Amino acid sequence: MMMKTDGCSDWEVAKARNSVRLMFWTIGWVLTLALAAFGPKLIWNFQTALTILAVLVNLGAGAGMIMANGRHLRGLDELHRKIFLDTCALTLGAGLVSGLSYELLEDVRLISFQPEIPHLVILMCLTFLVGLIAGHRKYR
Amino acid sequence: MKNRLKVLRAERDWTQAQLANELEVSRQTVNAIEKGKFDPSLPLAFKAARLFELSIEEIFQDEAAT
Repeated sequence: MMMKTDGCSDWEVAKARNSVRLMFWTIGWVLTLALAAFGPKLIWNFQTALTILAVLVNLGAGAGMIMANGRHLRGLDELHRKIFLDTCALTLGAGLVSGLSYELLEDVRLISFQPEIPHLVILMCLTFLVGLIAGHRKYR
Repeated sequence: MKNRLKVLRAERDWTQAQLANELEVSRQTVNAIEKGKFDPSLPLAFKAARLFELSIEEIFQDEAAT
């Protein structure tokens, strides 16, 4: 039986390409989000047409990022796909449960400030990170 | 599920990385399968069987049946 050499296989090259593609879409999405958030005030003085355009470009970049993420997921091997999906489930659950509880805290006047979506996003990012690390450690 | 992947690999003097390359998975996946931490999918089990020129049952055994 002939073995392939230890160098990068086609599968690994495709996986790396998918990761790079996802990185570029993510950077693009963040930049267009910043443009849509700060552009109206700092660049074009709240001109409605430009603001709508910036929001549409941001949504387009977001759609591209979602598709790149799906492609990245499909390109992973089955163990890494399982780790990724387990982590997504954990993140979704944590986001939903803690998001609703957080909102409830204000409704029942246990906190005096308005719950902010960025707090939830930070929690979900941290949950995802911890879940991913724990998943990789589990199958090490 | 038990498997003989490590033995079969050692008999052929292959590294985990070489086997992973051949099966188009990561070395971590091969390691997890060998240690019994992760059960491969049916397509991956068939791929391993083809690679080792054995039947799936000769590589993977159901622990409940043994």
